[in-house]
Amino acid sequence: MSLLRAEGLSKEFGGVHAVQALEFAIEPGAVFSIIGPNGAGKTTLLNLITGIYRPNAGRIWLEERELTGHAPHRFAAAGIGRTFQNLQIFFNMSALENVMAGRYLHERCSLAAAMLRLPSLARAERACREEALELLELVGLERFADDGSDGMPYGALKRLEIARALAARPRLLLLDEPAAGLNPTETQEINRLIRQLAARGVTVVLVEHNMSLVMGVSDRVLVLDYGRKLAEGDAESVRRDPRVIEAYLGAEVHDA
Amino acid sequence: MLARLGAARTGGLVALALALALLPLVLVNRYLYDVAILVGLNAIVCVGLNLLIGYAGQISLGHAGFFALGGYGSAILAVRYGWPTLAALPVSVCGVTLLAFLVGRPILRLKGHYLAMATLGLGVIITVVLTTEDRFTGGPDGMSVPPLALLGRALGGERAWYWLVGALLIACVWLALNLVESPRGRALRALHGSEVAAEMIGIDSARHKLAVFVLSAGLAAAAGALTAHYSGFITPSQGGFLRSIELVTMVVFGGMASIFGAVVGAAVLTTLPQLLTTLKDYEMVVFGAVMMFTMIFMPRGIVPTVAALFKRRTRQ
Repeated sequence: MSLLRAEGLSKEFGGVHAVQALEFAIEPGAVFSIIGPNGAGKTTLLNLITGIYRPNAGRIWLEERELTGHAPHRFAAAGIGRTFQNLQIFFNMSALENVMAGRYLHERCSLAAAMLRLPSLARAERACREEALELLELVGLERFADDGSDGMPYGALKRLEIARALAARPRLLLLDEPAAGLNPTETQEINRLIRQLAARGVTVVLVEHNMSLVMGVSDRVLVLDYGRKLAEGDAESVRRDPRVIEAYLGAEVHDA
Repeated sequence: MLARLGAARTGGLVALALALALLPLVLVNRYLYDVAILVGLNAIVCVGLNLLIGYAGQISLGHAGFFALGGYGSAILAVRYGWPTLAALPVSVCGVTLLAFLVGRPILRLKGHYLAMATLGLGVIITVVLTTEDRFTGGPDGMSVPPLALLGRALGGERAWYWLVGALLIACVWLALNLVESPRGRALRALHGSEVAAEMIGIDSARHKLAVFVLSAGLAAAAGALTAHYSGFITPSQGGFLRSIELVTMVVFGGMASIFGAVVGAAVLTTLPQLLTTLKDYEMVVFGAVMMFTMIFMPRGIVPTVAALFKRRTRQ
């Protein structure tokens, strides 16, 4: 059964249909990309499938569980994690603490236990720290661990967001333009990271403008235009779809 | 790093305990004891308020209201209903905590300036009620409060109060330090850093805001009740807007998101006006100047600024 399923998903802002009657399913273990011209509704769609926006119509399921209308933290608890196009780092914490914060769902404790620092909590904290360090290593940021996140370079912050999202051990990870603003070397690192995550069994949803990155890593591509589904299929068939070429890819197809 | 943090935490706690233990050597008269006790009581409020403002990033301009309500609640139960003070005090604190829980739900949906306005309004309402319900509260003149009594023996004398407040302060600082270094403390800082990102790692922001609001209101009420029983008198101005601003100023001056900062802020801004009384009319001018100087040159507050300087020194 598919991991995430959306039915008739619609969202409008003051009469503008940002997303309209969208249907799709994301299979587990795949890299699923969402592309489209600026304003096609990609980020709106991510906000809908993370509960940040409530749809005007339509429903969302994660496996058998319907999540429509729930608060974002319920989406997260169900197993959906994400990064943000414009960074949402906790700049009041170190890099390591950002990732440790990401472990929240797996390290719940009562207010009393936290204030009394019970021994079980101290043990859990050590384990949490170890795991956060491993994740920093995975995204290549171990040398920043103790640094305040406000002093880190842009490309590193992009990867810090991925590490933080991974810390929650999501089944579905949504990456909103992870390569935007990165140089080719950094983009290569993101590419490598996405492949590594897919190999670990994390289902990745990628929203991205960098076509070579999208075409290189995606198992399936959904093309949006004016909030509607223009095409959906594997990277190769989408690349050859004349409607897609006309609406969006244009000359870039020939370059690729 | 956590080991270092842990060491800094224990070190700070030991330093605070030592300072409190040695302070009586210089407290040569009752007046100085009195100032020290008021510092300690204010510091307890500020530790709680800093959890709310500095860590969770939620402003409250009405915390003096909870402080006063804690005092009045305990006083009214003891005076008008004849309750023993040792029962009146905790019941009053629980009552204020419950009130904070009820008003916190709707209020904490607001953000930024709107939250500031709503909490300010809450504080004003509390003072108005305390002033007008004179049947219970004695009106604008306030009411006298019996001393804390244990088994019929009143807790008298500045020395006894000093050790009681000192012990409570250390306990509060220890609990608060534990909290901020726990998953729940990280959750608070996370929703300060980015509420949407906090939600996306599973943090129920409404629940965490409410919990820390209620906790800080409870601490304010406890300190308020102790202050009332200690000084033997309470007036509605204890819950006024100026008093709320004073408390927020202590937190900001000492250092946002710094537990020891809250203690230092309370200490400096409680003693400074006492030292400045010799300047009479110029007292407020000097006070204002100190505040402006801090905000311009140490916007992070005293303790974080000094800590950063010290860290840079030791690295070199």
